[in-house]
Amino acid sequence: MALLEVDRLVTEFHTGAGVVRALDNVSFTLERGKVLGIVGESGSGKSVTAFSLMNLLEAPGRIASGSIRFKGEELGAASPTRWSQLRGDRIAMVFQDPMMSLNPVMRIGAQLAETVAIHARASRAQIDEQVCSALRRVGIAAPAERMRAYPHELSGGMRQRVAIANAIINAPDLIIADEPTTALDVTIQGQILYEMKQLVRSSGTALLWITHDISLVKDLADHLCVMYAGRVIEQGPVDQVIGQPRHPYTRGLIDSLPHAASRGKRLYSIPGATPPLLALPPGCAFAPRCSRASAACSVTPQVTVAGAREFRCFHPLDRP
Amino acid sequence: MPQPSPNTMDMNATAVSGTDSATATLPPPESPWRLTARRFGRRLPGVIAAAFLMLLVLLALAAPLIAPQDPYDLAQVTIVENERAPGALSDDGRTTFLLGTDGAGRDMASAILYGLRISLGIGVASALVALAVGTVVGLTAAYFGGKVDAVLMRIVDVQLSLPTILVALVLLAVLGQGVDKTLLALVLVQWATFARNVRGSAMVERNKEYIEAAMGQGLPAHRLMLRHMLPNCMAPLVVTTTNQMANAITLEATMSFLGIGLPQTEPSLGLLISNGFDYVLSHQYWISVFPGLALVLLVVSISVVGDQLRVVLNPKLDT
Repeated sequence: MALLEVDRLVTEFHTGAGVVRALDNVSFTLERGKVLGIVGESGSGKSVTAFSLMNLLEAPGRIASGSIRFKGEELGAASPTRWSQLRGDRIAMVFQDPMMSLNPVMRIGAQLAETVAIHARASRAQIDEQVCSALRRVGIAAPAERMRAYPHELSGGMRQRVAIANAIINAPDLIIADEPTTALDVTIQGQILYEMKQLVRSSGTALLWITHDISLVKDLADHLCVMYAGRVIEQGPVDQVIGQPRHPYTRGLIDSLPHAASRGKRLYSIPGATPPLLALPPGCAFAPRCSRASAACSVTPQVTVAGAREFRCFHPLDRP
Repeated sequence: MPQPSPNTMDMNATAVSGTDSATATLPPPESPWRLTARRFGRRLPGVIAAAFLMLLVLLALAAPLIAPQDPYDLAQVTIVENERAPGALSDDGRTTFLLGTDGAGRDMASAILYGLRISLGIGVASALVALAVGTVVGLTAAYFGGKVDAVLMRIVDVQLSLPTILVALVLLAVLGQGVDKTLLALVLVQWATFARNVRGSAMVERNKEYIEAAMGQGLPAHRLMLRHMLPNCMAPLVVTTTNQMANAITLEATMSFLGIGLPQTEPSLGLLISNGFDYVLSHQYWISVFPGLALVLLVVSISVVGDQLRVVLNPKLDT
């Protein structure tokens, strides 16, 4: 039994302009201790996936159908009380902007202590010890002193470390990280990524890493999902997906990465733009931008399974 | 001395970890309350007003100890000594009526000290109860939103659309006089102001990511509201509370002056002014004017403190 099994998840937003289907039959599984990368452009449904999994969707968004099973438990049927037990204890989340995700008027030590105290009975000294050790594990020196700091006294990188410490403090089974390095400097990005990898490897926590930057996940993830307009258009083991993409969109994403060989040449970009979710073309949403599209693409392509990989395309790229 | 962190094993990160994760000697963190107190201390008018206000509070608290007589102990008050001018001596020559006596022979200075006690007590108590009620309503509306918000805020709208004095008058006319009834009336006309105020600031906080993050920690709703949203709404709330205290004192004085607030046995400053009103035209100004002066000083000092708090708590105004 996998740790997390998402099956044909559909999330919709009922807006004045119509129903927006932000997630359309999204399925994936995540094994214990593994890292799953979800890659996609803005509006492809990456963050909605995270919020659906955490049951943090706000009106007018709601899960319309599909199932989320966590350790065999169907989360669609979970009560608010059950969610309070799970969140922060078994499933934790790291948010995009560390400037915004910490309470500005609480000392960071108190915020971390709260996460511990809400889920377990522990003495003041035990909690402090746990907070110190979590801060130490994310690379914060002198944690006993830092505990007394307010968020505004810390740099962006430090704050994101605190947010990560808050996520790992109860040793959850799953951490959902929603673009946790996007708001940081490139150098800090590298450090956080490296430390995240160490933490996951050493603790056996599974990680769902959401990003728009495919180069960030290629060394981190075991498995990769590529999303476009609310659908998972390709997924599989990370080296296979990046090494031999089958979907033209994945190919385009990889080709638009700068690398040493392309120095001095014009960088590739996929023509066109992501369609608005309210006015999706019928069939494959990528077809209007795709060089391989044909009349067949006006029907929604079903998932093709090929070994460990899945993709939704009528004209997949051949193995090179 | 900072110890090398066990996590600085990645070599490519050492160049930046010097600025990011090494121990810098920071000044000890200052709590928001202490910071506010320090900034408040930099501005003289508020400090003077606060000191004066504290003096008034001390006088009110210590009234039974420092007042020359208990103005409501019939054994100490003699009708013979009525309407004495300020500075007059009592018949036995042992006490000076610093601010004169009223129509029943009470020492005005003592009556004002006791009146201050009642006015201040009722004003502060009603503002605090209204604060508690309004905060719960405002936070609930902001947190749950949707229909809960709509229903609660319409009730607030109705409450605020009625003139305060009218509501208070009607209530007291129906309920009758009494400290508890006056308190109830004051809370009823004030809670909606707090509710709207709290809801406004809480809505802003509600949409910030740290609330989502706190939800992701698995915190229950009441904890999110009280420990996360409320402390971030404190600044405007402190100012509103101060202003509402001044309002409550004025309103209570108004009602007592009109004879519908407190009973004669619990004379607040408003009631003292009212009692002396008949004597003003016969040139015995002190019976009305001194309690009035005390009331003005009390309300003005609270207002000045509140005004300065508003400036100090808003970095955009504090230059």
